[in-house]
Amino acid sequence: MGRDSDVLQVSVWRGASAQGRYRTYEVPAQENQTVLDVVSWIQHYADASLTYRFACRVGMCGSCAMMVNDQPRWTCRTHVRKVVKEGKVRIGPLRNLPVIKDLATDMDPFFDKWVTAGGVHAPSATRDEPIPPVNPEETARLEASAGIECINCAICYAACDTVAGNPDYLGPAALQRAWTLLNDGKHGARDQILDAVSGTGGCHNCHSMGSCTAFCPNDLDPMSAIAGLKRETARTFFRRRRG
Amino acid sequence: MRPARAHPLWLAFVLHRVSGLALALFLPLHFWVLSLALTQPERLNRFLSFTEQPIAKLAEFGLVFLLAVHMFGGLRLIALEWLPWSAPQKTLAAGAVSVAALISGAFFLQVV
Repeated sequence: MGRDSDVLQVSVWRGASAQGRYRTYEVPAQENQTVLDVVSWIQHYADASLTYRFACRVGMCGSCAMMVNDQPRWTCRTHVRKVVKEGKVRIGPLRNLPVIKDLATDMDPFFDKWVTAGGVHAPSATRDEPIPPVNPEETARLEASAGIECINCAICYAACDTVAGNPDYLGPAALQRAWTLLNDGKHGARDQILDAVSGTGGCHNCHSMGSCTAFCPNDLDPMSAIAGLKRETARTFFRRRRG
Repeated sequence: MRPARAHPLWLAFVLHRVSGLALALFLPLHFWVLSLALTQPERLNRFLSFTEQPIAKLAEFGLVFLLAVHMFGGLRLIALEWLPWSAPQKTLAAGAVSVAALISGAFFLQVV
């Protein structure tokens, strides 16, 4: 292999959405190296003007997600040797979001949709009332617990072809958040959630392609959460018509 | 940008969409041919003798494949979205249905 194997050819997206292009950097290859390490090396030693986001480096904060070889990944927990092809890696900003600069995307549309989907907690009791007990074995609680480890990294949002085709679609993360709150015994705005997720950009847009579940770095299952919302909204629709 | 789509559920989606579109294109043609029985019976007879050719048989095979793939794909989607079962339960149910379809299909082919 020789010396070539000691150097990675890394193409990195530079610029904003419209005027940007990929630029290639030569980065020293290490035995143990994450994609985020590579991006950081470029910023430290090759081009200080490179813009990207990260915070925790251990897969908890959800801020370092990027497209790696055209797949959405959490870069801090993605080892280069798992994605490198013939000494080359391609790193771009997350798909389905406007690019601010280089690898930093504008996350506003993503988080705005969390609020639109009814993702803000509404209390069902005041501080003067006793705290209602939560039974961890209850069916609804198990459904809620399955989705609460979401780290808001937007990998599912970037992987989803329905989001790509319909900018109004709320997306897997926001809908999964809505599903966890719907199953949360302490949430006081159940009907508002069902109304919010059954509108134009709601859960019924989902084609069950399953890219969200396939790519979720935390092994969550937004596709099944959205299927749950489809069932609940349909049930409520028929109940309301009868009532 | 071309994100990886080579995972089973995405391919199932494409198969379902393409077979649905192909069947939607086929149906008006199908009804038109059927209507020939009332409007131009001799033309229908000519068409029916044409369908005896191997190429038409091959096209029929394709049609049955599209129908089967769309029907079972649709049943899969209904089960996925409407039955709050666990994944292993759904795999077992799908296995049972496919074995049943295989046995009854083989029996049906023997009868006709």
